[in-house]
Amino acid sequence: MSSIIGPASYKLFGFFPTAVLAFIVPIVGIGAFAYIMARRIAPLVRAAPDNRLDRIDQRIKNLVIIWLGQLRQPRYMLAGVLHMVIFAGFLILSIRSTSLVVIGLSDGFVLPGFGGLVGVVYNFIKDYAATFVLVACIIAAIRRGIYKPERYAVPEKYGKDHTAEAVFVLGLISTLMISESLFEASELAYAFQLTGQEHFLAPLSLVWIFRGMLLSASSGFLQGLHIFMYFVHDLSFFFFLCFLPLGKHFHVITSLFNVFFMRVKRGNIKPVQHGIKDEELDSLESFGIKKLEDFTWKHMLDFYSCADCGRCSDQCPANAVGRPLSPRFITIKARDLMFKNYPLSGEIYKSNLLVEDIYAEDEIWSCTTCGACEAECPLGIEYIDKMVDLRRGMVDEGMVPQSLQKPLKALEKRGNPYGKMEKKRADWANDKEFKADHSIKNLGKDTAETLFFVDSITSYDDNIQEIARRTCVILEKAGVDFGILGKDEKDSGNEVLRFGEEMLYQDLKEQNTEAILESGVKQIVTADPHAYNALKNDYTGLPPVKHISQVVAQKIAAGELELLPCQEPDKVYVYHDPCYLGRHNGIYEDPRQALDAINGLTRVELEKSRDRSFCCGGGGLMLFYEPEEDTRMGVLRVNMAAEAGANVIVTACPFCLVNIQDAIKVAGKEGEIEALDFTELIGQHLQ
Amino acid sequence: MEILVCVKRVPDTAENEFELNGAGNDLDRDDLVYSVNEWDNYAVEEAIQMVDNVGGSVTVVTVGDDESEEVLRREMAMGANNGVLLSDDAFEGSDGNGIASILKAEIEKGNYDLILTGAQADEGAGQVGGMVAAMLDYPYASLVNKIDIIDDKKINVGREIEGGNQEMNELQLPCVLSIQTGINEPRYVGIRGIRKVAKVDIPVKGSADLGLDADSVGAAGAKTRRVDYFVPDMGEGAEMLEGSTDEIIGKLIEKLKAKGGL
Repeated sequence: MSSIIGPASYKLFGFFPTAVLAFIVPIVGIGAFAYIMARRIAPLVRAAPDNRLDRIDQRIKNLVIIWLGQLRQPRYMLAGVLHMVIFAGFLILSIRSTSLVVIGLSDGFVLPGFGGLVGVVYNFIKDYAATFVLVACIIAAIRRGIYKPERYAVPEKYGKDHTAEAVFVLGLISTLMISESLFEASELAYAFQLTGQEHFLAPLSLVWIFRGMLLSASSGFLQGLHIFMYFVHDLSFFFFLCFLPLGKHFHVITSLFNVFFMRVKRGNIKPVQHGIKDEELDSLESFGIKKLEDFTWKHMLDFYSCADCGRCSDQCPANAVGRPLSPRFITIKARDLMFKNYPLSGEIYKSNLLVEDIYAEDEIWSCTTCGACEAECPLGIEYIDKMVDLRRGMVDEGMVPQSLQKPLKALEKRGNPYGKMEKKRADWANDKEFKADHSIKNLGKDTAETLFFVDSITSYDDNIQEIARRTCVILEKAGVDFGILGKDEKDSGNEVLRFGEEMLYQDLKEQNTEAILESGVKQIVTADPHAYNALKNDYTGLPPVKHISQVVAQKIAAGELELLPCQEPDKVYVYHDPCYLGRHNGIYEDPRQALDAINGLTRVELEKSRDRSFCCGGGGLMLFYEPEEDTRMGVLRVNMAAEAGANVIVTACPFCLVNIQDAIKVAGKEGEIEALDFTELIGQHLQ
Repeated sequence: MEILVCVKRVPDTAENEFELNGAGNDLDRDDLVYSVNEWDNYAVEEAIQMVDNVGGSVTVVTVGDDESEEVLRREMAMGANNGVLLSDDAFEGSDGNGIASILKAEIEKGNYDLILTGAQADEGAGQVGGMVAAMLDYPYASLVNKIDIIDDKKINVGREIEGGNQEMNELQLPCVLSIQTGINEPRYVGIRGIRKVAKVDIPVKGSADLGLDADSVGAAGAKTRRVDYFVPDMGEGAEMLEGSTDEIIGKLIEKLKAKGGL
């Protein structure tokens, strides 16, 4: 009796060399995989261009943190940790799987560098890796197959349930782990029987357990098992490889690329077409996404990469209130269409108008562009640019709901969505009481260091104008030399751009840019995060822009602004992060620091805060849109604040204030809970 | 089907604050923004949808000054195929009859199966559609909220009747219809759409082109003349109830009881 015969030398039935099989399986597997991948890449080649090679340093950082480090995974603890285990196991075992393919052709093959100590350490680690992966797969399968978390459910209108595929793949991974371990265990048990020497194995690892079970098996059985498990692994491995691009497990291959190419700038919107400058927009035949091939290649890669984990939709406020939008299915429906129009064999089909074919108009208008989905996706899948591009297409086709047509027309004619007269834009400063003590410079005539950009809602909405006045008082107290543009200011166009009316946005941007540059200011301050975002991230060539909360926090830190002790110390305050201040611009701490600088103010945190903040209902044009929904986002938000034990919701955005004030009434919580703008609270506490 | 839609440029009610001019005979028109009369927009949308279904072309026409061209472009950006501007100093000051006469002259130059107008415009007279029909001796339906094309000789037309009832009528073509809002959802026209048609030629026709006697239209031919224009004084009888919601409800119930309403 000599040592066990490996698949490279074994002869099946005494004559057929299994090395032939070990040669054919990879050749067929890799060939099939290459063919499938070529078909899958076909639509990407016909897609719109996308510049994704900028800021390589940031991209590498994303790769390390989000892909390799999987740091977005534990945001959903159980599923996240299970995924991290399986992912790490895959990375570790990919080396083993590669060498196994060669072992089928050459007995005892060892990858270069894996002889000696490295090999011993690696084997130790990979044995545990396989074990942990198997355990993770079993837990995951029980979770998916028996407990069925709600997040994975597929509403009937969106197609079939995906549980079967998920469990099938978990089974396939388990098969790989078990076959690899049995392949090795059978060899070691055989060697033990032969020599009596026990090879060191990671205790309690799969191989260790299997070897223990096989110690007394007959040598013939062990030989057969060794060869059989080799091919079980070999076939499973190549089957898995070819199966990946056929469904949601494509992310195993695409995630590396998708994360590398993911959004690196925040708060901005993609240009109508990469490579086309704003001045050249008139030359474009068509705007936005109308058919499948109008998506950029990165957006198609997003569709391929979706692992169907449902986190985007779980965080989506539109989905939460029953609007006809679930970001997950924006992706899944597009992927289904890509698979249908670009089948693995045969002719490629032409795409219809997407908003009639796979999407509905209301679905696309339902998005508030809050960005919760993008902040959550572990694969870096984007939604906002797609929504905006789909809307650009709809605007180009005239498909705009009546409720939005009026404010858009008013913006075109009057520079504000309310259709109010331009000359009344600064009327908020004429409030009798305010005017008695304050005179605001108009930069059309005067000059100042700083521009206070007011924007439309704060200029014209009777209830919100107070924010403008409070902001002025704060700026005065903080010793800022500032003025306003008055009638020369137009709507910042943050939502005009995001609602797809590109040319109107361009118009507003040009008028504002000209007025701002002509005023000669050195910096811009605004109390409206939507204006802040547009001026900072969408406009170009402007002086630096700050939100009033940043100014306040900086002045407090510098000792140039002192606040009184809390005027109502019995109240419990909670800060609601506006999407366009927080998620889109990363300003989480400044407003909190300012609040905490008020002595004796009790502040609690919402469970959903910072980059998981829950949208109040949306700003700008979203105030005019009449969605189908079961409840209002604001109502859910007010309930969250009540649960957190707060009775004052402080926000730093005029739209949040409007939405939350309305929601308090709708939720029947008047008297129990109130909403305050940041400027109002700070204004109350100025010395 | 060849469709002509008559449109008008009006001060936009949503985007203006109206004040009277110094003379007290009209609005103060400085600082006003203008747009297409809302009803006309529905008429143009309906015409475009009909042509999409059965073929043909849509022409939009307006009587006005040079600035009225912008509303024609807007409607062409929507999808109207041609625009005609009827403009002449002699047209200024036309009353409803005058406008109808000018339109009639243009309609007779073409070969239209269907003439659409908005049910009314900014001045609320709602007269031009009916007058045009009478002058042409065409059948006429007002306040139309539904159009079904039967064939190239006749159509079925729905009208909304007082109390929410619906009436259907069969009309022989050619005919004139005045269109009610709500018949469809007019498509959006963005700046981009208007720019695309910015260079399309829009013919301008005056009284000579239309073969009209300049004295029969405009101020000279007008048989009605506006003599006053004012905001009525606030009448008696309106009362704002004040207080909390409960107090207001209480007061309202009291008042209703006192007047015998409960």
